[in-house]
Amino acid sequence: MQEEEKYQILKDIINIYLPEDVNIADIQEDSHFMNNLNINSANLVDIILDVEDAFDIRLENDDMDQMQTVNDAMAIIDIKLKDK
Amino acid sequence: MDNGYGHKSRWWRKFDVIEKQMTKNSFQWIVDELPYAKPFLFVDEIMSIDETSVEGTYRFHSDAAFFGGHFKNNPVTPGVLLTECCAQVGLVCLGIYLLGDNKQLKDLKIGMSSSQMEFLVPVFPGERVRVVSERVYFRFQKLKCDVKMYNKDNELVCKGTLAGMMSITNE
Repeated sequence: MQEEEKYQILKDIINIYLPEDVNIADIQEDSHFMNNLNINSANLVDIILDVEDAFDIRLENDDMDQMQTVNDAMAIIDIKLKDK
Repeated sequence: MDNGYGHKSRWWRKFDVIEKQMTKNSFQWIVDELPYAKPFLFVDEIMSIDETSVEGTYRFHSDAAFFGGHFKNNPVTPGVLLTECCAQVGLVCLGIYLLGDNKQLKDLKIGMSSSQMEFLVPVFPGERVRVVSERVYFRFQKLKCDVKMYNKDNELVCKGTLAGMMSITNE
């Protein structure tokens, strides 16, 4: 899977959980889920569960703690896909 | 006259009562751990609970203050309180059970994160309701459940999906 394709899948998932005052165009690679995209911890869990389904991977509590930005999420997805 | 049979049946009756009390008390610790008190405790008793489901009851007492205003001269239990009852039984009791009987529960932090409910039948003052909740998932401290509430005639009062964050913070 190409990086661009992965990024698009992740963006599409994040878009579902964006609050009304944030636009899909606001999603940047360095966007912080909570500080920039206003996503709360409950919705971050849903993003993680959707990411697990989309990429057929499983994330742990440590992964969630490290997943602060979109870039962090991309890095974790890459690691999990390599370990598969 | 004691024919032996009567004696035995009395003994069994007593045994039944003791067993019922034991069954009732075995889930009482969960109700005791709930971070609610009157007038905002909406759980009387947990009847059954396991890793994936919980069933509990509550009676909406006719002397509750909110019946005076909801509605004027026409007391009906507010939907938000039916939702609250479903959440206290279905999410919080199950969450406490899943987190386990440990001393750290005093540091439990909870918050409802989403609710989607449908209301089908009204609940009037004094009615006892039964809540049945099935776990959808409990991951990353988020507990999501499908809940159903029934009245004494086993009619579906309301149903929906509730989610909340539950964590023990001991920093």
